[in-house]
Amino acid sequence: MSDAVIDVQGLTKSFGDKRVVDDVSLRVGKGQIYGFLGPNGSGKTTTLRMLCGLLTPDAGSGSCLGYDIRRQAAEIKRRTGYMTQRFSLYEDLTIRENLSFVARLYALDRLNARVDAALEQLGLTSRQKQLAGQLSGGWKQRLALAACILHEPELLLLDEPTAGVDPKARRDFWDQIHALAGAGLTVLVSTHYMDEAERCHEILYIAYGRLIAKGTIKDVIATHNLATWSVEGPNLHLLSRELQQLPGVDTVAAFGTILHVCGHDEASLEKSIAPYRQRPELHWERSSPSLEDIFIQLMSGLDTNGLAAKR
Amino acid sequence: MTLFSFSRFWAILVKEFIQMRRDRLTFGMMMGVPLLQLLLFGYAINTDPKHLPAVAVVAENSAFARSLLRAMENTGYIRFIGAPVSEATADLMIRRGEVQFAVHIPPHFAEDIVRGKQPALLVEADATDPVATGNAVAALQGLDTMALIHDLKGPLADLQKDGAPFEVRLHKRYNAEGITQYNIVPGLMGVVLTMTMVMMTSLAVTRERERGTMENLLAMPVLPMEVMLGKILPYIVVGYVQVAIIVVAARYLFMVPLMGSLPLLSLAAIIFIAANLAVGFTFSTMATNQLQAMQMSVFFFLPSLLLSGFMFPFRGMPVWAQVIGEVLPLTHFLRIVRGILLKGNGWADIWPDMWPVITFLLLAAALAMIRYRRTLD
Repeated sequence: MSDAVIDVQGLTKSFGDKRVVDDVSLRVGKGQIYGFLGPNGSGKTTTLRMLCGLLTPDAGSGSCLGYDIRRQAAEIKRRTGYMTQRFSLYEDLTIRENLSFVARLYALDRLNARVDAALEQLGLTSRQKQLAGQLSGGWKQRLALAACILHEPELLLLDEPTAGVDPKARRDFWDQIHALAGAGLTVLVSTHYMDEAERCHEILYIAYGRLIAKGTIKDVIATHNLATWSVEGPNLHLLSRELQQLPGVDTVAAFGTILHVCGHDEASLEKSIAPYRQRPELHWERSSPSLEDIFIQLMSGLDTNGLAAKR
Repeated sequence: MTLFSFSRFWAILVKEFIQMRRDRLTFGMMMGVPLLQLLLFGYAINTDPKHLPAVAVVAENSAFARSLLRAMENTGYIRFIGAPVSEATADLMIRRGEVQFAVHIPPHFAEDIVRGKQPALLVEADATDPVATGNAVAALQGLDTMALIHDLKGPLADLQKDGAPFEVRLHKRYNAEGITQYNIVPGLMGVVLTMTMVMMTSLAVTRERERGTMENLLAMPVLPMEVMLGKILPYIVVGYVQVAIIVVAARYLFMVPLMGSLPLLSLAAIIFIAANLAVGFTFSTMATNQLQAMQMSVFFFLPSLLLSGFMFPFRGMPVWAQVIGEVLPLTHFLRIVRGILLKGNGWADIWPDMWPVITFLLLAAALAMIRYRRTLD
């Protein structure tokens, strides 16, 4: 893949004696949206920071936009927009002042025209004189996005951009992301939301600092080949506890009034649930696993394999 | 719910202690600042400075003259540094603050004494700091009757009878009336600048880190030099406003004479301001929160205030305290600003105090640049 926007191998980073990112290799293609998933503390933020030069990797090498991540951080910074997890613009500056500040830092020409355009594009024009600190979460996030794309980057690194933002604002945000990707921008976005993961072209799943799954959602689901049944009925919490003990049942998860019962060994799973399928009060149905089922499976798999150290 | 609950009170108390213990630097400062004060006030400060440097201008090297100079040293208040010098050199030394006193022994001194003419002995004092010279001046004035008591024996003993054999004529230079404000007000300029400049900049970068805006700043293509200059320059302007206010107040409220050149003062001030800002910037690269930055500023400000010669005479301090004082930019700036305003000093006169400030500035700026991290590692 010669058009890889990000191409890194063996990225490793430790803080003290804790290995936060362990041998992560990534290839990210142009114009695609990559969802970066994984539990808290799995190393998503650290990986993003290494990609944009905020942290120096302990080991590993590679390129970002064709520039060496170790030696050409300045070039990468110039062409990358990074949106931090925590709002990191100036709360005591207005929206417009913040954007002008960023535009000047990138030494952009036509400063006012660009700021006007960014305000317009993200619907911030009428609020441009408001202090950033007075904005609600959704508006802050819009402002942060506007600041990241002001210098027309080729790559966007977004670190949990929609945390704490209402569904409507999230949807608008993702529409923006798709529009940007459609225009050729590559986006790597970390998230905890499965519905957001499903809006990505490809996903990367990282846990305990290791990249353990990648590909399109279809691919990820297909390669893990997880047998899944859903069951409806009374007293599901009791049933859940019973089912969990059975051989072949890897995970049981409740989704409202439905339980998802998953196992990688299909035959064993079916044998175990056979007696329960006879119960008249329970309604069983073969279903396809969701992304979340896969991830829960991946996580529990790691635990039992002892691969994962404690966080 | 409305009654005082011991358990709730206890919860707060325990939490406070835990947080206090976690913030090691703050805890260290709480212990360190009193200790520092104790040491400085206890050991370094002395309002009765002895052994003040002096120089003699001897027009006549007689036995009387030698006895007199010895008697002066024997008061314990003055100490002659080196051999007698010419009038011009003595003048230069006193202007540059190298000596506190210049003693002039006039021609025909011995002859005039023997003839009972009561010759006048001129003692010039650098009186910019009235506190520093006060006791020494009193001691020297008491010398006229006692100094030559061993020399005037036998046939000359009569000379002691009708009053002093000679007269000590004191010439307090630069601050003849010993007005404290003349010394304090120009000095205050340095103190105010040290306090505000160090504190403001030490908060500047720390605030970015505490509010999380540092991460964004680092993710953008901006060089440490650009950040440092951009953050420092606004405070230089603020510093200049402070200088202007103090100069105007000195002139029109306290009637302090402005003998020297204001452009020269501005030049010295900008270097001094920059040196303080560099210190503040260095602190801000070390502190993790604004409270720590404030405490570091205090830790720098306290010795500056006490060891610079602003509050207490510099020459009264023990050697170790003087050595520390010589490192601090405020010590030198005080001499510069007093020299320019009260003595009318020019560039050549202030240079001996200018280069230590410049050196300090360069070192502090280099340290700040090294400490300022371009990454979050």
